Amino acid sequence: MNEQDARQAVESAIGKVAPDVEPEDLAPGARLRQDLELDSLDFLRLVEVIAESTGVDIPEADYPAVATVDGLVTYVAGHG
Amino acid sequence: MPSLGADMEHGKVVEWLVKPGDYIHKGDLVAAVDTDKTVMDIESFQEGVLAEFLVDIGDTVDVGTPIARITATPAEVPPPSKAPPPEPPPAPHPRAAGGLPEPGAKVPPPVRHLAHTLGVDVGRISGSGPGGEVTRADVERAAAPSVTGAPPRKEEEQPEARPTPAETRRVRSSPLARRLAAELGVDLQGIAGTGPGGAVTEDDVLSAVPPRGQPAAPVSAEKPAEAPPSEAAEPSEPAAPEHVEPQEAPRRGRREAGSKAESLRQAIGALMSRSKKDIPHYYLSTTLDLAAAMAWMQAANQQRPVSARLVPSALLLKATALAAKEVPDMNGFFAKGAFQPSSAVHLGVAVALRHGGLVAPALHDADTLTLDELMDQLRDLVARARAGRLQRAEMADPTITVTNLGDLGVESVYGVIYPPQVAMVGFGKVLEQPWAHNGMLGIRQAAIATLSADHRVSDGLRGGRFLGRIDELLQAPDRL
Repeated sequence: MNEQDARQAVESAIGKVAPDVEPEDLAPGARLRQDLELDSLDFLRLVEVIAESTGVDIPEADYPAVATVDGLVTYVAGHG
Repeated sequence: MPSLGADMEHGKVVEWLVKPGDYIHKGDLVAAVDTDKTVMDIESFQEGVLAEFLVDIGDTVDVGTPIARITATPAEVPPPSKAPPPEPPPAPHPRAAGGLPEPGAKVPPPVRHLAHTLGVDVGRISGSGPGGEVTRADVERAAAPSVTGAPPRKEEEQPEARPTPAETRRVRSSPLARRLAAELGVDLQGIAGTGPGGAVTEDDVLSAVPPRGQPAAPVSAEKPAEAPPSEAAEPSEPAAPEHVEPQEAPRRGRREAGSKAESLRQAIGALMSRSKKDIPHYYLSTTLDLAAAMAWMQAANQQRPVSARLVPSALLLKATALAAKEVPDMNGFFAKGAFQPSSAVHLGVAVALRHGGLVAPALHDADTLTLDELMDQLRDLVARARAGRLQRAEMADPTITVTNLGDLGVESVYGVIYPPQVAMVGFGKVLEQPWAHNGMLGIRQAAIATLSADHRVSDGLRGGRFLGRIDELLQAPDRL
């Protein structure tokens, strides 16, 4: 999956999980927990939505790599 | 909606203290109402069985609007589609046929008794039974609009048909204001109107647009938020109430309400003040060794699809529920000067709402749920809390509450007890920490658990045992 598709998938998944997050909040370095205020249940739902939409299953061990918007995009692009 | 003060024009039901089917005596507390200034419990002016709520939690209605319907017994609640068969008249009497029965005429004794119970004047009822006889259905119809003993609502205050379940509260607004709100993505429900009759005007919409393009704070859907839960969550929600303040808070006119988030903040403030005033809190903390629990959970999650994965909160909540079952001094209500322990553990879970404020609905019988069940219910509960779809029982039933601010980064949280509960458990962030064990230093996952408990019910020894039990239970995660 190219990075643009991955970004789109990530942004749409975040929009689903946290509808209040505005597009401009999704700065590349934005941290999902601290900046977007996703809690662990939101995060799990995000991982679930991404798995559904892209087929990329992020194992728990890789959670640290996907703690930011960009990290997530890179991960999805690299595994999709 | 009774008037709770000379200057009160409307009130918002923030909590039901009873549920349909409950038998209510005159004077029983039935609901908590937010009056812009504070939250008050209101009592019933009638005796009988609560048939249904006529407004939802979060609804703001004018003084005089019926908020609930009370009838004599559940068996006597007529099905909405058809009235029960009229009582056979003891002696058909042509006198009152076709007209209003005279007071005392054509009312069979059981119906008269019902009317008396419901406070209905049978003389004012037009009977629909044979010969103009007043039936039970007639009496109940007459009783319905006057449950709170208040005048019927004014025509112009009638809410319109509700468009969707999400928009349970209609906001009066001008068409221009509505269009503007739609364009700006502002939710009218959160805006205090300054127009005629409290209608939202375009100025109100403009002033509700938060600075820097953030979503309007008082955004909707978070109605149960008004049932204020208890805890000191403010530190974790730096973004919450600040950006709520409209930039140029203009002449707020008679609606001093301010924004929704503002009144939620006030409601939380009022409840927390009451808690701190009435409950002699004591506080304990301990560090939980989560090495075993996290290792078990990670191994379990590897075998599971994403949708069935567990989060650390699920283990912490389950351990808390089991410990609360074992240490009953933490679990129950303090009411009327005495502690009433609860045999069931309904675990309140503090859920931070995205635009500030929080609710703490219950996971019912949490001690009996498997981890998977608890996880499913937790996800469902949090989603509904954020969407504003909680049930009354979920709001009213918690026997002990947990706040898990660790999810968003703090190391420890000392909560404020939610009256009439007697304990609040706080979990901080799960962190890798240096850990000395058997003379060796290693790294373990750990988290700080805190307890705020009511000194009228327990003391530190018992509270310490409770926290200790949580830690012990987490050492055998496969048995949770």
